[in-house]
Amino acid sequence: MLVIKDLHAKIDDKEILRGINLEIKPGEVHAIMGPNGSGKSTLSSVLAGNEKFEVNEGSVSFNGKDLLDLAPEDRAREGLFLSFQYPVEIPGVSMVNFMRTAVNEHRKYREEEPYSASEFLKLMREKKKLVEIDSNLTNRSVNEGFSGGEKKKNEIFQMAMLEPKLAILDETDSGLDIDALRVVANGVNKLKSPERSTIVITHYQRLLDHIVPDYVHVLYKGRIVKSAGKELALELEEKGYDWIKKEFED
Amino acid sequence: MNKTCRIVNLQEEYSQLYQEHRSMIEDGAPEKMNALRAKAFETFIEKGIPSNKVEAYKYTNLQPYFKGTLDIAFSKEAALNGSSNKFHCSVPELDTHNVFLINGWFAHLEDAHQLPEGVVVGSIREKALEYPEVFEKYYGQNLGDDNDAMAAMNTAFAQDGAFVYVPKGVVVDKPIQLVNIMTGENDRLVFQRNLIVVEDNAQLKVMLCDHTISPQKFVINNLTEVFANENSVFDVYNIQNQHNLTTQVSGMYVHQKKYSNILTNNLTLHSGVTRNNIRVTMDDENCESHVYGLYLSDKNQHVDNYSFIDHAKPHCQSFELFKGVMDDSASAAFTGRVLVRPDAQQTNAYQSNNNLLLTQNAKINSKPQLEIYADDVKCSHGATVGQLDDDAMFYLKARGINENEGRILLMFAFAYEVIEKIRVEPLKENIRSLVEKRFRGEFDKCDSCVVCGHQGASVSCL
Ligand SMILES: Nc1ncnc2c1ncn2[C@@H]1O[C@H](COP(=O)(O)OP(=O)(O)O)[C@@H](O)[C@H]1O
Ligand SMILES: [Mg+2]
Repeated sequence: MLVIKDLHAKIDDKEILRGINLEIKPGEVHAIMGPNGSGKSTLSSVLAGNEKFEVNEGSVSFNGKDLLDLAPEDRAREGLFLSFQYPVEIPGVSMVNFMRTAVNEHRKYREEEPYSASEFLKLMREKKKLVEIDSNLTNRSVNEGFSGGEKKKNEIFQMAMLEPKLAILDETDSGLDIDALRVVANGVNKLKSPERSTIVITHYQRLLDHIVPDYVHVLYKGRIVKSAGKELALELEEKGYDWIKKEFED
Repeated sequence: MNKTCRIVNLQEEYSQLYQEHRSMIEDGAPEKMNALRAKAFETFIEKGIPSNKVEAYKYTNLQPYFKGTLDIAFSKEAALNGSSNKFHCSVPELDTHNVFLINGWFAHLEDAHQLPEGVVVGSIREKALEYPEVFEKYYGQNLGDDNDAMAAMNTAFAQDGAFVYVPKGVVVDKPIQLVNIMTGENDRLVFQRNLIVVEDNAQLKVMLCDHTISPQKFVINNLTEVFANENSVFDVYNIQNQHNLTTQVSGMYVHQKKYSNILTNNLTLHSGVTRNNIRVTMDDENCESHVYGLYLSDKNQHVDNYSFIDHAKPHCQSFELFKGVMDDSASAAFTGRVLVRPDAQQTNAYQSNNNLLLTQNAKINSKPQLEIYADDVKCSHGATVGQLDDDAMFYLKARGINENEGRILLMFAFAYEVIEKIRVEPLKENIRSLVEKRFRGEFDKCDSCVVCGHQGASVSCL
């Protein structure tokens, strides 16, 4: 589904990704962990198509297509979804209008008829239930005045609406209380299928108790320095990153 | 008759025009109207059409637009020119009392019998004769001491316009819509003078809609005087929707008495050159005023909002918000003059002007001008100029929304705040969809009048 080869990316001449290799097959869950500033969000942004970062080497193929060649909106329409570490507030754009535009743009891309207002509202109601999001949130402007937890739930709600093939959850668990964490994890698990894959970026084991990864990778200084099964997450939880840093620097 | 006049040197020809046609200008007009002309004419000739050397018109040199070969109507027949009453307005969701003016002259009032008891709507020159005490008490009384040249020009030349009177305690539920239709075979200069009096405890909402239906160049000088008396509520929505060859100088002079609550909203959706002079005089205690504007411009369009809020008495509040979106080489200006007189303790005055520039070539000049002579006041002002937010745009794209749709959503989000201030629900809906259309580039000013749905000639798509 996703094949990343020797990916390098920089911003203001500062190289942040320094040769990432990663392959994700349909149905797999990969966790990416690593200390702050190691490049996890940068990797997500580059995959989603943020033009702030310049890719200066490497390739990414997504379901056989050259991902780096696609505009950000087309990456989304091809089924890539990024749950932002810091979701953006957009005052004046209502959630309903935002989601209707997004869903219908996806449908148009697949050459399907746009949803009518009532079809759309029905879909929205279903998905709201699925991710247990408060109705009040969807009546407001996008993320405006949402608490940290509400913003993260809203990301999961959008994911449920768009039904991506590959979801990248960038620290969706940070700052969540236990209830919100459960909601986020349930949302992800309910959408799980043999065709859908997930990348979970996190610092903590606790989310991985709910969303069980097939592989755990450690990203450090712009490279994946260690990959193993889910037991690696437990080890990191216990010992921190220092031993990895040391190992890597030696 | 329609007089065709070639204007090259401005004052010279305008002076001649006035003097030669004085008897026609005065013919049939109310005495008070004529009585004020001579002095206004003097002021106008002394000051002339403002160039950008005049401080208050620094960002809008009106002189070139008032030159050219222009038709002027000195009588109703000439203004209507055979087009009389054949306009009809029918937008079902907008339930209004409709008044039609043609080239600034009153033409027709629909369903007059549906107006609430005692409410008077009609031609200012005719109603002044029927209600001389009202007319004489108010006409020309609220132009302030600024001696604005364009207001003086209007007072000197205007012969007709609308008159609206709401007696004490009467609430006019349906908005009154004044549709001024500009039409003719030649380029044209149009004057219009409206007088609106809302008596104690009365309520009124007015929409002004100036609409060009032929492709000629139109130069408009209109002026509306409003008197909002004790505890009255008054709203005016000025919907400016004309083709690119239109120059509009639009004066809105509101005078407030105790406990009155007024709202003005200038919605400049499409026009060539627009200058709005908005003056609110809070001449009594406990008045509240809301002064809003939204300007959307592209190509070479230019919009200049000049507002002047005069806090003359204590315990008044004013809320001012103007927002603009400028594309291509469009330019705009905003001046927010707030005067808090020595007497006006416990004044609250809030002002903000926010602008979104979509290109490198778009321009905005924003100038707050606070003159505060009382000490116990709360005043704030702020001006911002920005571009579309990159992070918001990427967020939208990451959800599958393309650049163009994203721009529309974000531009609309920006404009939204002013639209939300509209206190007439169906109009708010209407403006929302028009603004969205405008941003989509589907806005066809030629197809229909924004408010009344009046069909225009497609040839006027400029
Ligand atoms: N917009 C930016 N401009 C400059 N440097 C940036 C920017 N975004 C990220 N960086 C830098 O890139 C590095 C990786 O950041 P990031 O990808 O956010 O790390 P992580 O998500 O792993 O904590 C950091 O050193 C950070 O300072
Ligand atoms: Mg991060």
